Formats: sequence, structure tokens, C-alpha cells
Amino acid sequence: MAIFNLKVNGKQHQVDVDPTTPLLWVLRDHLDLTGTKYGCGIAMCGACTVHVNGMAMRSCQTAVASIGNQAVTTIEGLSEDGDHPVQRAWLQHDVPQCGYCQSGQIMNAVALLNANPNPTDEQIEAAMDGNICRCGTYLRIKKAIKSAAAYT
Amino acid sequence: MTLIKTSINRRSFLKSSALAGGGFVLSFSWLASCKSGTKETLTIPDEWFKLNGYIKIGENGVVTIMAPNPEFGQNVITSMPMIIAEELDVDWKNVIVEQAPFDPEIYTRTGQFTGGSAGIRSGWPGLRMAGATARRMLQEAAALAWSVPVSEITTQAGVLSHKSSGKSAGYGEMASAAAGIEVPEEVKLKDVKDFKIISTSQKNVEGKKIVTGKPLFGLDYKKEGMLIAMIVHPPAFGMKLKSVDVSVAKAMPGIKDVFTIETYKDDYEQQGFDLTTFNELIVVVGNTTWEVMNAKKAIRAEWEVFPSYTVTKRGWRGPETVHIPGGLESTSNHRREIEERAAKPANILRKDGDPESAFKNAAKVVERTYTAPFLAHNCMEPINFFAHVTADKAEVAGPLQAPGFIESALSARIGLPKEKIDIQLTRMGGGFGLRAYCHYLVEAAVISQKVNAPVKLMYTREDDMTFGIYRPSYSVTYKAALDNDNNLVGFQVKGGGVPESPVFANRFPAGAVDNYLAESWELESNITIGAFRAPRSNFIAGAEQSFLDEVAEAAGKDPIEFRLGLLDRAKNNPVGERNDYDAARYAGVLELVREKSGWNGNSNPGVHRGVSAYFCHATYVAQVLDLVMENGKPKIPRVSCAIDCGIVINPDAATNMAEGAIVDGVGNAMFGEMSFNNGVPSKTNFDKYRIIRQSEAPKSIDVHFVENEIDPTGMGEPPFPPIFGALANALYKATGKRYYNQPFFGESINLG
Repeated sequence: MAIFNLKVNGKQHQVDVDPTTPLLWVLRDHLDLTGTKYGCGIAMCGACTVHVNGMAMRSCQTAVASIGNQAVTTIEGLSEDGDHPVQRAWLQHDVPQCGYCQSGQIMNAVALLNANPNPTDEQIEAAMDGNICRCGTYLRIKKAIKSAAAYT
Repeated sequence: MTLIKTSINRRSFLKSSALAGGGFVLSFSWLASCKSGTKETLTIPDEWFKLNGYIKIGENGVVTIMAPNPEFGQNVITSMPMIIAEELDVDWKNVIVEQAPFDPEIYTRTGQFTGGSAGIRSGWPGLRMAGATARRMLQEAAALAWSVPVSEITTQAGVLSHKSSGKSAGYGEMASAAAGIEVPEEVKLKDVKDFKIISTSQKNVEGKKIVTGKPLFGLDYKKEGMLIAMIVHPPAFGMKLKSVDVSVAKAMPGIKDVFTIETYKDDYEQQGFDLTTFNELIVVVGNTTWEVMNAKKAIRAEWEVFPSYTVTKRGWRGPETVHIPGGLESTSNHRREIEERAAKPANILRKDGDPESAFKNAAKVVERTYTAPFLAHNCMEPINFFAHVTADKAEVAGPLQAPGFIESALSARIGLPKEKIDIQLTRMGGGFGLRAYCHYLVEAAVISQKVNAPVKLMYTREDDMTFGIYRPSYSVTYKAALDNDNNLVGFQVKGGGVPESPVFANRFPAGAVDNYLAESWELESNITIGAFRAPRSNFIAGAEQSFLDEVAEAAGKDPIEFRLGLLDRAKNNPVGERNDYDAARYAGVLELVREKSGWNGNSNPGVHRGVSAYFCHATYVAQVLDLVMENGKPKIPRVSCAIDCGIVINPDAATNMAEGAIVDGVGNAMFGEMSFNNGVPSKTNFDKYRIIRQSEAPKSIDVHFVENEIDPTGMGEPPFPPIFGALANALYKATGKRYYNQPFFGESINLG
């Protein structure tokens, strides 16, 4: 076990965990931030996507010890009132079906738009291909990303 | 206007206290209207008055409607309350939706089953009645208060009015009095033309919670002192536990205990949905998920092959004895056994006319065989359940489609009567049929009882993908006889599966052909199977619609015209009496998709089109899939879909469901497969099990609904099965090759 000081959603947190613990389980078990989801544990589905220093990362394959001073943002910290342009666009298009993968989809989409504010369809497809939606809401995800790009 | 007798279970109207919902706290409004950037909140009332089990009205007119069915993506949590709100006659903006707990006395034992695309269809009369009854009680309360005849009280959007006296009052003002009114014996339902909420698109009531990551799912459920539990099940079907060494795992950090459990006791007579694959499991219990995951890897167990056995199960038709073969099964062996079995005589399900003569005298015979593998459900939220069992009560919470199916098993296993069991329904991260089999709830409860603490049981993705209850593996052979004028004069379907047959004897084209034969066979297996989105239809629709395409081609006819000709026959002069479809509605969706897809106007030689239509779960669906080849890769620019599900409750939500079903169907047709080698599943996670991804999905899907006033039917399953056929038929046009065996592509080829 080891003590880690983490900056998550703008707040400092201290946890005492095994250094190999994936960030995903620190968020979910220790910090009660359950918006970040477990889907596969091997970085193949994208449900656990968070931002580390603004970059989209698969938290299930990111050991807590590798975070250091980097700022972590989860779905809970994306906006104060759920009104980030991507969240608004998700609501406008009523994207979710079961909803389980959508935190990861949104976090990945935000990182995409931060890097590329006006992505083409092909760029959206390439950037979002790592995020599985078993319900098949891909078309609405793509529409919502384009709407969000237009808001900003 | 329709007058109906109120027959809602009496307890849903019990008024032990008019006040309800003490301690009911809402942190924010998850209102339907989510215009981007705007915030709309409702003022939570000081008091709630319960009018029945579905409806509470606050003194300020805010209405809480209970959503009875568990939610896993169909959006019944929005559409079912919309039906109540319609008959209650309130403004949807003033409605808060709350997920109901399992309560069979209010919602009926089977009423809280989300499955079989039956939520809306079976809920329709009861939900309307609940709303209409409460509205009538409010009218009666107003009539008493104003001393006027109740027949003169009108309602509109939550306001009661009496025209001649000019009096009016909000529902909130009359809610207290209405809660004390005797339940009326008869109530009036609205005419369809007067609907104001039904058939308007309303946003998902949980949308805001989903996009902000609020704890909604079973896996997010937490309770003070809660421990984490995981299971280790045998590595292969056909195996059971021989011995286990728990010493290393037990000594690991954060681990409370390691032990084995039996989900059901030997003498328990299981019901159909109690199904479990591995009844004896190794359990690891600890403080945190990561610690338990690590300890799980340290378990050293020996497994052994079990001999065949029989088990008595209580099914819909009473007790039946099921034979479970011993041994380790492999997909390669299944293929050989299927071929051998398919060549032998099978069980005749239906015979019309004289098929033997029809085939003997035919000018042309077309015969084709179609196959499909096992499929894993792969819900994004892995199996999990919370349980806290004490000496005198059990609290359980988590994702399950059918709380009414598992309650008896739970009660019997933990030795508590049903009234001491509280089942809370969390939002489910997918279901697809898998969560109708809720053995994991019993497992969680047994573990909680054993460690005497609140426990959340969680399967890893690997556990989830390998514990069974798969879509069965199927095979079907079709034969068609054409006469000299290319009329379809004979049709045979002979199909089976491991371990279940996919044949529906009375479905189209039964009824449209004079000489018809349907036969069925089954092969035993110890690989467990269960409902998977549109069970059996999910295979047979694609096979049948691919075959009809090939028969239409052999007959030199347009595939839509060919189908319409058969449906015309079935409508005007049906063969037999047990045909389970309405030929006019079936033809209606084909005609609509022909028009909307521009089927007859396709002049682009690079666009290859396939059509398919199917009827299952009381809903008719027809689809046209457009396919182009780009750099040798198939790409789907567009799918058109026509649906007749009667009255559409929430059109945009229904459209979302159809879009998702089409994407899901294309993905499973192309890539979906689970195979076995000596009982061991070939795939354990998404690195090997291929799920359709963003870049592979159709680029656009347009969904069109037939407008009518027929009672609504379901949407979860029906748009899924036909797309397999539309895709196969379009691929044929593009490549000249027919696709008979699913998955069509497998590992190496990508959709573009």
C-alpha cells in the first residue's frame, strides 16, 4: 500500500492503495466517483475513459502510481451543472439507450473536440472507434458531436 | 370514448394514509424538457397525496409517476409514465418519474417484466386505467367541493374546471380530497384523437443523470459497510469443481473470506428462468474491487468433467425433466452433429396440402441451408447485484429484467418469506434477454448471508462472457418449389439447433403456399442458452428473408413484388387457419419501405440494395439496406426502416430503438460468434469478441412508422431480426455471393 495525492475534478484527494490499482477502481471504490464505468478492464471498450491532463485515457489500464501530479477529470467534473456543450448535445439528440457507455463516449468526444473543434465524419469515426456502444447509438453520438462542435 | 371497468389490483388504491412519500428527496429535476443550456426545475411540494400505486400529486400540482418496469435502454421509464400522464391529463412538464421497486401487489407479478417487447403492449390497458382512475377521483373531489355534478367537471393539463360556475382548481388543490375518494368502478378513457402526450417525442427522463454520470446502475450501488464479492466458475462447460485451495487468496490484503457456495440446493425445483450454468462457485469477498480481482487470480482449483444428469424444472407447462449431457463439447463437433441430425427425419410441426407431390412435380426447386453460431449477450454493464441479508429481512438491488421470476428462488434459498424481501430495480447497462435469468441475485444473497454483511457481487467481463446463457447455435434448410409460371407452389422449412429449434411453423410464408411443411429438431447440450433479443427470430428471420430473395430471383421477380404477391394470397385466400400474422399489415410495411427508400428509383449502379421484412413480437418491420463497395470494403450509407407497432408512444425514442437494433443486427450478422473447444469458450473479452464499432455502423438510418390507431406493441426486438436478411441480400448484389453462414465476415474483414 502507498499514499497517493490525486487531483481529481479540481480537488485534492488522498488515497492509500496498492500502487498497481487502476485509476478506475480508485475513482469508483475510494472516491465514490462511479460515473466512470467498468466495461472490459483491458482498454478495449472505452467505458472507463477519463481525462488525464486533458488527454483521453482508459482508466482501467492506468495505474494510480502513474498519475503523479497530473489533473484527472471525470464525467462528474466535466461541468458544474451538466451543461458542457457535449452534454447538452447528448441531451438534444437524446443519445442514450441503456446509457452505460455514455460517460466514456462523452469524455472521449470532449477530448476529440478539444483537439479538433470541427471534426469530419471520418475523423469522428476514427476517434470514437475505441468506444463500444452495445445498444448501437453510434449515429446519434456522431450527430451530437457535430452539434456540440457547432455550439462552440 | 371507451368506458372500462377498473380492475387494477385493489392494493394499489389502498389509502392507509393520504400522505405518501415522506422523506422523498429530489436533488434536482430530471425533467423531460432538456433544451440545451436551459435549466428547468420543479418546486418539490411539501406534501404528496397518493392517488394510487402509480401516482402521487403534490399540493402544488407537481405529479410523481412511478415507472413500473425495469429499464435497460428501451426507454420504458419515459414511455410508460407518458401513458399514465396522458389519461391523468397533466402537463408532462409537471411530471417527475420515479423507478418503482418490485411490488407484485401493485404492479402484478408479471407486470414488471421488461422483455418479450411486451412492456408497452401488456402495460397499455393498466397504465391508462391508472391515469384515468386518478383523473376521475380528482373530478369527483372537485364536484363535491363545488357542489356540482361530476359530469360537468372537465380537465385540461392538470386543471379542473366547471364551466357554468366559472370555478377552476389545479390538481394539487384537489389532491388531498381526491386521495380520500372511493375508487370508481368504471372510468372513461380518452379517444386516440384527443391524445396530447402520446405520440409526441419526449426526452429520456434519465437523460440528464446519464450524461452527468450520476449513480444509476447496479454496479454504482453502494451501502455503508458493503463488501465486494466475485466468483470463480469452472473454465469449461461440462465441468464442475473438484477441489480448491483458498489459502493463498485468503491471506491476501483486503480479503475477508474465500469459500464455495451452491446457488440452488439439490432439492430445489427450478423454474425456467432460475437457470444457472455452474451451480457451485468459488467466492472471494474483500474490501475493494482491485483486491478481490487480485485474490481471484490466486485461487488454485481443480475441476472435473461431470457425467450426464437429469433435472426437473417447472416450466410454463408444469414440471418437465431435462436431460443434461456430460462431456466437453466443441463447435467442430456441433457442426458435424448438426449436419447428421438435419439429414434425419424431424418432428413435423405443420403440414398443408401435399408438399411431396408439389416438389416432385416442380419446374424448379431451390434448396439452401443457413447456420448461425452461439452469441454472447455482452451487456456493457457486467453481471452484478447488491444484497444485504439479515436474520429477518433481505434487501437486494441491481439490474434484472424479471424480478417476478426470481423472487421464489430467492425466498426458498435464503429461507425468508417474500414479504421480507425488498427488491430495488436499478437502471441496467443493457439486458438483451440475459438479465431475465437472475441467478446472480440469489448468488449475491447467499454470499451476504454467509459473510453476514452487505455485499455487492460483481462478475468481471471475462466471467460475464463465459458463464453461458447464450443465444443458441442454429441451422435451417429451406426448400421452395416453383411451377412453370414461376409461382411458389411448395415450401419446406426444416430447422433445429443446439439445444433449441428456431422454427416457427405458423409464420409467413405459412398461409401463402398451398403445399407447406415445417419440421423441427433439437440437439442436447450442456452449454446453457437463453433469450437473446428476439429469441429464435433473430436467426430465422435473416435465413428466411435471404431464402425468399433467392427464390424471387429464381422466379424472375422483384423481391418486394414477390413477397407482396405471397402476402396478397395470404390475405385473400389463406391456407390454413393458424397463421399468426396479419397479411395486410405485413404488406403495409413493405409498401412503406419501398416508397421511403426509393426502391424503384435506384439508378445508381454503385448502390446495392437488399430488402427484408419480418413480423415478431406483435410488430411488423421492413427494411431496405443500401451497400456500396469502397476499396473492396462494404460500407452501408443508408438503411430505411418501416414499422407498424400500432400507436407510437414516443416517436423519437422508438426511432432510437430501431436505429440501435439495426446497428446491433449488422454487427452480429457480420462479426457475432462464440465458439467452444472442449467446453472452453473461445472468447473472453472484447479483444477477441468483436462488437460493431462507430466506423462500421450504417451512415444513416431513416425510420418510418405506419400511422394507425391500433393498440401499441413493442419495439425492443422487432427491428433487430430482419436486418440480417437485408444485409445478406445487399451483400449478394454487391459481391455476387450469397451469405449462408453467420457471422458473414468474422475476424479479418472490416466494414467501412
